[in-house]
Amino acid sequence: MEKILEAKNINKFFHDPVRIHVIQDLSFSINKGEFVSLTGKSGCGKSTLLYVLSTMDTDYEGTLLIDGEEMPKKNEGFLAKIRNEKIGFVFQFHYLINEFNVLENVMMPGLKLAKYSKAEVEHRAMERLKILGIADLALKKANHISGGEKQRVAIARALINDPHIIMGDEPTGNLDKKNSDLVFDIFKQLAEEFNQTLLIVTHDPSFAERTHRIIKMEDGKIIS
Amino acid sequence: MRTRLLINIARSLLMARWKQTLVAAIGVTFSITMFITLLSFMSGLNDLLDGLILNRTPHVKLYNDITPKINQPINQLGNKNEHNFIGSIKADASRQSIYNSNAIISAIEKDPRVLGLSRKLTAQVFFNDGTIDITASIFGIDPMQETKLYHFDEYVTSGNSADLNKVNNGIILGKGLAEKLLVDIGDAVQITTSKGNIFQLKVVGTFQSGIKDFDNVQSYASINTVQKILSVPSDYITSIQVKLKDINQAPAVAKEYQQLYETDAEDIQTANSQFETGSSIRTLISYSVGITLLIVAGFGIYNILNMMIFEKMDSIAILKATGFSGRDVKNIFIYIAISIGIFGGLMGLLFGFGLSALIDQIPFNTASLPTIQTYPINYNPKFYMVGIVFSFITTYFAGWFPARKASKIDPVVIIRGK
Repeated sequence: MEKILEAKNINKFFHDPVRIHVIQDLSFSINKGEFVSLTGKSGCGKSTLLYVLSTMDTDYEGTLLIDGEEMPKKNEGFLAKIRNEKIGFVFQFHYLINEFNVLENVMMPGLKLAKYSKAEVEHRAMERLKILGIADLALKKANHISGGEKQRVAIARALINDPHIIMGDEPTGNLDKKNSDLVFDIFKQLAEEFNQTLLIVTHDPSFAERTHRIIKMEDGKIIS
Repeated sequence: MRTRLLINIARSLLMARWKQTLVAAIGVTFSITMFITLLSFMSGLNDLLDGLILNRTPHVKLYNDITPKINQPINQLGNKNEHNFIGSIKADASRQSIYNSNAIISAIEKDPRVLGLSRKLTAQVFFNDGTIDITASIFGIDPMQETKLYHFDEYVTSGNSADLNKVNNGIILGKGLAEKLLVDIGDAVQITTSKGNIFQLKVVGTFQSGIKDFDNVQSYASINTVQKILSVPSDYITSIQVKLKDINQAPAVAKEYQQLYETDAEDIQTANSQFETGSSIRTLISYSVGITLLIVAGFGIYNILNMMIFEKMDSIAILKATGFSGRDVKNIFIYIAISIGIFGGLMGLLFGFGLSALIDQIPFNTASLPTIQTYPINYNPKFYMVGIVFSFITTYFAGWFPARKASKIDPVVIIRGK
C-alpha cells in the first residue's frame, strides 16, 4: 500500500505558560484510500497533531513525510504550495470568504495552483458542487446559505485540487444531527467511490466508529 | 494569472469596505490637491517676484566701475612687511564709457551663448519744476532691444515705448516722477545736466516698474537723446547689458568678458543673490507642507488597512491554509494600498488643477504690478509628476506595514481560536 502520510517520532512542546510535552514521540502512517479518524478527549493533543501534520504548524521535532517527501520546517512558500496542491482542509468553521460567491470560493485554491485554465477550474468546481448536491447554490453569496450548505461548500473547496489527503478538524462539530450525517456520508462516499484519503479529528464516538480506522490518543500518545 | 488572482481578491476586499476605502482615497485626494495648488501658487508667486527684478536685469553687465588705483605709489616703496594706511591717488574722473564699444558689441553678438544685448548709458540730471529741482536719472536705451530682452513694453503703462525713437527728444517718465512734475503725455519737461546745460524734453509715456522707489527717480530716453544731453559722441555708452540663453552660465561668461574686454563685468547671480535664496526657501516650505499632508493621509490608509486586516483575519487564515503564501497575502494588501493611492492621487491631480485654475481667475490688482490682473499660477507639469510619485510612495509605505502584519498571521492561531 502506498503511504500518503508518514509521521516519524513527532514531538511537540508548548512553552507558554509552562513547558508541556503535548505530543510525545509519536509515529504512524496513513495509506492511500484510508478513512481515518483521530479521537481522544479534549486536550489530548489530537488537534495539535493535526496542525503539525497539516504543515501549518512547523514548531515541532521529528520528521513528516507527505507523499514520500520530507517536509522542511522553514520554507513557508514551499509549504504553502504543498498545502495548495496536496492537502484539502475542512474545519469546524467553514471559513468561506463572504465577498465571493460559492463558486468563486471553491475555485480559489484551484486558481492559486494555476494548473488548469480558469474555465477548466470553473468546470471542475461545478463538478464537485454537483457531487455534493449543491450545484444550484453556485452563484449565491457565501453568507447567504445555511450552515450545513456552507460546510459542504468547504468540502468542495478542499477537493478542488484533487488533494492526496483531506484533513478535517471537527468538521461536524458545529452541525446538527442531520447535517452531520450528511457530511459523514459525503466523506464515506469520497473514501469508497473516489478512493480519497481522509484524516478527520473528531470527539464524536458515533462518527469515529463508522470510519475505517480509529487512532485514539491520550496525553500526547497513541493508545490504539 | 496569479497576480490577476491576487488583484481580484484585493479588489473584492476593497469593494466590501468601499466606504472606508473612499474615505482613505479622499484623504489622499485632499492632500495631493493641496500639494499641487500650493506649489503652483507658490511657484507662480516666485516667478512673479523674481520677474520683477530678474527679467529686467541683464545676465551679464559690462561697465567701467569707479575704483581708486590699485597700485598706490606708496605700495611700491618696497617693504612688504609693513601695512600702509595712506591712499594718495583717488579714483579719477576717467571715462565711464566703455572703450571701443562698437567692436565689443559686434564681437559679443557673435557669441553663440548670447541671446541678445542692449546698450545703455546713464545721465544724472535735475528735473526743473518751478523752484524745485528733482534729482533723477535718465537711462538712454534702445527701446526695441529693451522690449525684446527685458519686457520694457510691459511696464510702460501709458504711451508707447517705440515713440522714444520717433519723437525728437522724447522721454518716458517713471509714474511717481510724472506725478511730482504734474505732467502727462505731450507735455514738456525741462532738465539741467550736472554740467549746467539745459534741455527741453517731450513726455511720450510713463512707466510703472513695480518698485515705487525706481518710479520716483527714473526715466528713459533714446540713446541718441542721452548722448546729446551729455554732449558725448555716438559711440559713448556706459554699459553693455547681455542676456544669455542659459542664465546659469552668467558667472563664467562675466569672468571671461572681464578679461577679454578689460572692463568690469557683473553677473546676475552676484547682483541678485537674495532673490534666489527667497525663492528656494518658499519652494522648500511648500514642499514640506505638501509632504506633511501626504504623510497624514498615509496614516489614514495605514489605519484603514489595519482595521481591514482585523476584520478579514478569517479570510487571511483560510487563504494561507489553502496554499496562499505570506508573500501573496502581503501583495494583496499592498495592491489595496496602492490602488487607494493611485485613485486618490489621480483625483488629487485633477482637483489640484481645477483649484489652481480657479485661483488663476481671482482678480489680483496691485498698484505696483500693472501687468498682473489675477493671482499668478505656475502650471508646471513637474508638480503633477512629483505629486503622483509622492502619493504612490506614501501609500506604498502606509500599506507595507499592515501588509507585513497580515502576511505574518498564523492560520493555526486563528483557526484553533474558533
